[in-house]
Amino acid sequence: MSISVRNLSKHYDKQKAVDSISFEAKPGRILGFLGPNGAGKSTTMRMLTGYLKPTSGEAEIVSKNIITHALEVKNHIGYLPENTPLYTDMYVKEFLSFVGQTYQLKNLSKRIAEVIELVGLTPEQHKKIGMLSKGYRQRVGLAQAIIHNPDVLILDEPTSGLDPNQLVDIRALITELGRNKTVIISTHIMQEVEAICDDIIIINKGKIVASDSLMGIKKANNDSPLEDIFRKFTV
Amino acid sequence: MYAIFKRELFSFLSSMVAYITIGIFLLVSGLLLWFFPDTSVLDYGYAELSGFFSLVPYLFMFLIPAVTMRSFAEERKEGTYELLITKPVTLWQIVSAKYLACLVLMLFSLIPTLIYYYSLSKLGFPEGNIDSGAVIGSYIGLFLLGSAFISIGIFASALTKNQIIAFAVAAALCGFAFLGFDYSSQIVTMQNFETTIASLGINQHYQSISRGVLDTRDLIYFVSFCVIFLLSTKLVIEGKK
Repeated sequence: MSISVRNLSKHYDKQKAVDSISFEAKPGRILGFLGPNGAGKSTTMRMLTGYLKPTSGEAEIVSKNIITHALEVKNHIGYLPENTPLYTDMYVKEFLSFVGQTYQLKNLSKRIAEVIELVGLTPEQHKKIGMLSKGYRQRVGLAQAIIHNPDVLILDEPTSGLDPNQLVDIRALITELGRNKTVIISTHIMQEVEAICDDIIIINKGKIVASDSLMGIKKANNDSPLEDIFRKFTV
Repeated sequence: MYAIFKRELFSFLSSMVAYITIGIFLLVSGLLLWFFPDTSVLDYGYAELSGFFSLVPYLFMFLIPAVTMRSFAEERKEGTYELLITKPVTLWQIVSAKYLACLVLMLFSLIPTLIYYYSLSKLGFPEGNIDSGAVIGSYIGLFLLGSAFISIGIFASALTKNQIIAFAVAAALCGFAFLGFDYSSQIVTMQNFETTIASLGINQHYQSISRGVLDTRDLIYFVSFCVIFLLSTKLVIEGKK
């Protein structure tokens, strides 16, 4: 298991943003995190990546505890935060080289050229990040998440705000990356889930209300469309 | 950590922040030292830089918070802090990298003022008649004072996402740390503790180093001052986790 989460909770005063969730994710599969806004998807991802501290519970990534081995765990995770925050005053290559240095990568310039090629940033690679369109910024965000070839990829709404052509490209890229990594993505788009996810977890009000493979969840609900299944669990 | 330090320093140098603050610093200190008759050394008639060294703390009080205010406030507002802390670096490395970058920027602003020293030593009669010991001591004092102000500024920047608030809090704290203790020591009811209270303030230690005597007590004061504020910065940010 490359990700295993047990009874993870995050409380803000009395509000339970994430309420004792447990799940596992396997290598080579893409796990879709679904749920209405404010359900606790981002909070869960932020705890796994070490940005937020869990109130209780524990999680292991590549068999290492996320609290006691925080730095090692971070070396194995590639993370794209919600809304893709980036240093807009930096050039694309400069930024990727900065990220690569925080991971202490060797042969950095070769690796930068590789990821630029991989995410399709080649035509824009000499620009400042602030000058890029939303779609290209998203690619920079993905590039910085995969630059150290992590075992686990955590992508928080990686396709929000992209046009249909970019959607197809980014999804293809995620599917490609998912072949040998453990990928968790959060999204609101049901077609996307059907297109790329292998497993599904639906979260509502901080609790897991459904957790199954895409096939399994459809079968259990008489092959009804995913929108209806989503509404059934979360309304 | 070096990567973050480099990024911070380059972002100062590639934006106007560095040039404008250093420019203002040199302009104002130059005008006051050489042109305005009330404060000018030419009118004063003695080849010494003490006027410059008593003036710079007041400039630093506003210019240093202007440089440090963005360090955490901006990152947290833009969300890039999330990007940074999920990389395999510790919070302490981030805090110290930002601190060091500001420190280097302050050094950049001090180096050109060596010209003032050179010019004055040429103007002295006979030539070179200037108290170099005091000048060296004062520069060390100024550097330590600046480091203390930077640690205050970084701390203030961690308190809020709003850069204006970070600036105002930092400037007020710098002002109080520099002069506040001196002034409060003179309050009548506190007269029994006058020297104790005054010795908590930066001014006392700055003055004593400026005399050209580098006392370990002053050094320890400045070092622990910075460490306390940087540790508080770390605590404040961790508390928001």
